[in-house]
Amino acid sequence: MSLHATGIRVRYGHRDALRGVTLHARAGEVMAIVGPNGSGKSTLLGAITGTVPHEGRVMLNGRDVIGQKPWALAAQRAVLPQTSQLAFPFSVIEIVRMGLQSGTAGDRPGVALHALRRVGLDGYADRPFQDLSGGEAQRVMLARVLAQVWAPVAHGQPRWLLLDEPVASLDIAHQLQVMQIARDFADAGGGVIAVMHDLNLSALFADRIAVLADGQCIATGTPREVLTDAMLSRAYGCTLRVSALPTADVPFILPHAATA
Amino acid sequence: MAMISELQAPPRDRLSRARTLHWALVGLLAVCSLASLQVGATDITLTTLLGKLATGETLGRMERVVLLDIRLPRLALGALVGAALAVSGAAMQGLFRNPLADPGIVGVGAGAGLGAILAIVLGALLPAWAVGTVGNQLVPVAAFLGGWGSTILLYRVSTRGGRTSVATMLLAGIALGALAGALSGILVYIADDTQLRDLTFWGLGSLAGASWAKVLAAGPLIALSLGAALMLGRGLNGLALGEATAAHIGIDVQRMKNIAILAVAGATGAAVAVSGGIGFIGIVVPHLLRLASGPDHRALLLNSALLGASLLILADVIARVVIAPAELPIGIVTAVLGAPVFLWILLRRRGLVDT
Repeated sequence: MSLHATGIRVRYGHRDALRGVTLHARAGEVMAIVGPNGSGKSTLLGAITGTVPHEGRVMLNGRDVIGQKPWALAAQRAVLPQTSQLAFPFSVIEIVRMGLQSGTAGDRPGVALHALRRVGLDGYADRPFQDLSGGEAQRVMLARVLAQVWAPVAHGQPRWLLLDEPVASLDIAHQLQVMQIARDFADAGGGVIAVMHDLNLSALFADRIAVLADGQCIATGTPREVLTDAMLSRAYGCTLRVSALPTADVPFILPHAATA
Repeated sequence: MAMISELQAPPRDRLSRARTLHWALVGLLAVCSLASLQVGATDITLTTLLGKLATGETLGRMERVVLLDIRLPRLALGALVGAALAVSGAAMQGLFRNPLADPGIVGVGAGAGLGAILAIVLGALLPAWAVGTVGNQLVPVAAFLGGWGSTILLYRVSTRGGRTSVATMLLAGIALGALAGALSGILVYIADDTQLRDLTFWGLGSLAGASWAKVLAAGPLIALSLGAALMLGRGLNGLALGEATAAHIGIDVQRMKNIAILAVAGATGAAVAVSGGIGFIGIVVPHLLRLASGPDHRALLLNSALLGASLLILADVIARVVIAPAELPIGIVTAVLGAPVFLWILLRRRGLVDT
């Protein structure tokens, strides 16, 4: 089972944001999408989730997403947006419960509280969302997403977490916590696609990495295959030096000053 | 999944509190309704009424006419209009994700106003056979058609490729309002004194013309629209997180917008047609309820219907009492009572933000 996006093309006015990108993510894996600002990472995720008008085809667990009802898609995949917005003074637990609906795994009582505990926000249930810090708000949104697809596999089908910069506003401890949640979800049989800026976290937690540059996917593979001096310098246009973590066989990226 | 039973949901969350509030508001509606049946130019109190019924004495002809043909339709119309305006307000605030939106935001008010003014000023020019078919209901019919027409125009302008942009709708609504205002201005300019007086009173709103005919004309449309709007609770909750997230949690956003716009145009259009311009119910009622029991639309919409009906009936009682035996236009009462409440809400919000 997989999430397969083929020939994704997105045009913003006269500019091509994506020029025929193909991405194949497998259940049981964390796939990281990396690349410089403006390379089309979030646009690609938006096309996969259906919020960005695009050409090309997206197959989710073997079925074309076109023609599937919103609630049918919601039962198979949950989406964490890059920034969260809220119009009315809902409490934390009310927000986490919003993803729950009858007919999906999320409607069991207590799932929302478990999701909150999973992101380390025990005791935040009745707080007003608007009083939270940016990092707390981001984790509440992650809890909402987790509650929506609480069981990584349902009815024999994997479910999917689609995360747009899930660690952007988090401190280092919570970055690790969130990436571990993604890792556990994939290890339990679900699929994860995460747009990432942090190459080292991607190397640590992702099974495979897709590198986008200028609207195209220029490389896909394991961290060791993809995170090379040449590839990163080509994608980001600056000098990066890849070494290896002393304790594990994981690439480790250090930036060099431009003049070095 | 054994873990799941360990944690209990909070014993009484805000949604169940808000649902308990349904019953309190039903009680309030009953009290306001009884008050409305008793108060007026003719003195018919509940005790004398019950006394007569208990002793088997029949009601006098006058009492019967006052109760059944004047006060009861007026009560029914007040309840319908109040519920329509309050639910429309709650639905529009949810759809526009803005607590300051009111039912008129989809262009109903401007269009209905223009329709009413057209009917008042130019109605006399219509040939007799045309007037004959709608009789003396020309103004309500014209107001309703004007309201629907402008809503459909706004919807068409702001829908591209099957997606309705609420931001475009808001801006187009401002432009359409200005245009309708200008056309109304021309008509006001050519109107005579009697017409001007009719115009002014129409704009202030009143339930004084209530009749069973009006209840039967507006009732089914308002009931249908409210029924549709009451089903939008979960969708409007999701929309608070933004349109993209609402879609991601399984809400058919465009379908919800279509239902909300049609329901509000139907309910508000019918309400404005039979009662004229009544302000503040649509903004204040959902506000008060959010303060009392939280923003969850699954309870807020029904509570808005109940509180809106109660408050409009109460405002109508006040309108009948303060300068009895004459009557104030009800729009004056809702504005005098509603505007300070609204200002207080704004001050309170600012206080919360600043401190």
